[in-house]
Amino acid sequence: MNAARLTLKRPAAKTGDMVIERQGEGWSSPRPYIAAAILLAGSMTLGGCISVNAPDKPIVIELNINIKQEVIYRIAADAANTITENPDIF
Amino acid sequence: MGRKIMKRSFPYAAALAVGAALALAGASGTAFAQDYNAAKAAGLIGEKPDGYVGIVGNATPELRRMVDDTNIKRKAVYAEKAKAERATVEEYAFTSGCLLIAKTQPGMKYQTPGGAWKTRDASAPERDSRCP
Repeated sequence: MNAARLTLKRPAAKTGDMVIERQGEGWSSPRPYIAAAILLAGSMTLGGCISVNAPDKPIVIELNINIKQEVIYRIAADAANTITENPDIF
Repeated sequence: MGRKIMKRSFPYAAALAVGAALALAGASGTAFAQDYNAAKAAGLIGEKPDGYVGIVGNATPELRRMVDDTNIKRKAVYAEKAKAERATVEEYAFTSGCLLIAKTQPGMKYQTPGGAWKTRDASAPERDSRCP
């Protein structure tokens, strides 16, 4: 009985609050705000703790990690020719 | 437009010369290769280990355009040649990068595998361990 009463009363109070907030702060709708808050709270409880730290080492992008030395040796002669054939861009 | 280049490049004697050359190229549109070589010699642009050129210091719109133009052309060549060699564009570009850094003349700039720009001197350049 009590629970049913409370759930009945709450929406009215909340709607009133949100309307005031919207007028004061210029939110077009409180919904994205609420959704974001719920999402943040949810992820915090799920993940326990989110720590964001700046990396202590410089970021090196390893683009060429998959390039094998044998391939490099195989195409080196052809690449050298390509370079001499295109002096305007190399 | 020419005034802008001169203003940006003013504090550097070498850059000033290239800036003047670039301004002329903007007017004529023919001396592109000369500007590219001048920018390279002045150390404004340098060779990267991935086989493309990069801007060493401050990026001006002129340098950006020059580097982008060169890299687009390079990529097209790499793609065509890589196909013939049954290699990936990245593999072909990387191999070319090894060779191009080895070919730099003293005074020119190149990028180390760690990402730092270095000026080529008489000693061997710092290259990836896989380079031939």
